[in-house]
Amino acid sequence: MAKQSEIRYLTPLSVDVKKKKYCRFKKNGIKYIDYKDPEFLKKFLNEQGKILPRRITGTSLKFQRRIAQAVKRARHIALLPYVTDLMK
Amino acid sequence: MNNYETVFILTPVLSDAQMKEAVEKFKNLLTEQGAEIVNEEDWGLRKMAYPIDKKTTGFYTFLEFNADPSVVEKLELNFRRDERVIRFLTVKQDKFAFEYAEKRRNKGGKKQEAYAQATENVKSKKQEKAEPVETEVESNEKED
Repeated sequence: MAKQSEIRYLTPLSVDVKKKKYCRFKKNGIKYIDYKDPEFLKKFLNEQGKILPRRITGTSLKFQRRIAQAVKRARHIALLPYVTDLMK
Repeated sequence: MNNYETVFILTPVLSDAQMKEAVEKFKNLLTEQGAEIVNEEDWGLRKMAYPIDKKTTGFYTFLEFNADPSVVEKLELNFRRDERVIRFLTVKQDKFAFEYAEKRRNKGGKKQEAYAQATENVKSKKQEKAEPVETEVESNEKED
């Protein structure tokens, strides 16, 4: 224990302050996710057009379900691709 | 009576007049069945995200209407029978969707043409009107 505290670093260790993720829909009071707005939905997709998991976007479960629904609708009417490369 | 909205894609081989005629046909069908058309938007010829029937573009039309569920069935049957329609989607509006659609109608009108490009702006403007605080956060997010 004592030994460890003797170690000195030349540069102070950078301690990552984790930014708390939040659900943007809850925070902004958005109640409805529009499937007709592909640009907005693209925020929740990765480059291959897959839906990003909640652990990355921080969306609450309720809105994750609605995103999924909206994305799937948008895909059906060809506003979003089912599969792609380099979407952005 | 429920509120529904439907988006359908017509094949791009049609001329403008033919396209209008087809849209008119479905609108008439709806009104004949006792539906009340609330809103109609013509998104014009848009590029699709993936080819459908070997076509990369299509005429998008968006309709909102009040009707009984049986009407939707008839409408979709006609969509399937009409070979000019390459894709359609009918959705029942829940209360959130209904609120959103109302806002959209009030804002929309003139912006139909620029819809594809400007949706993002329209959206943020909408929120500005409703809750001014939101837009700041919204614009920050856009930068990522």
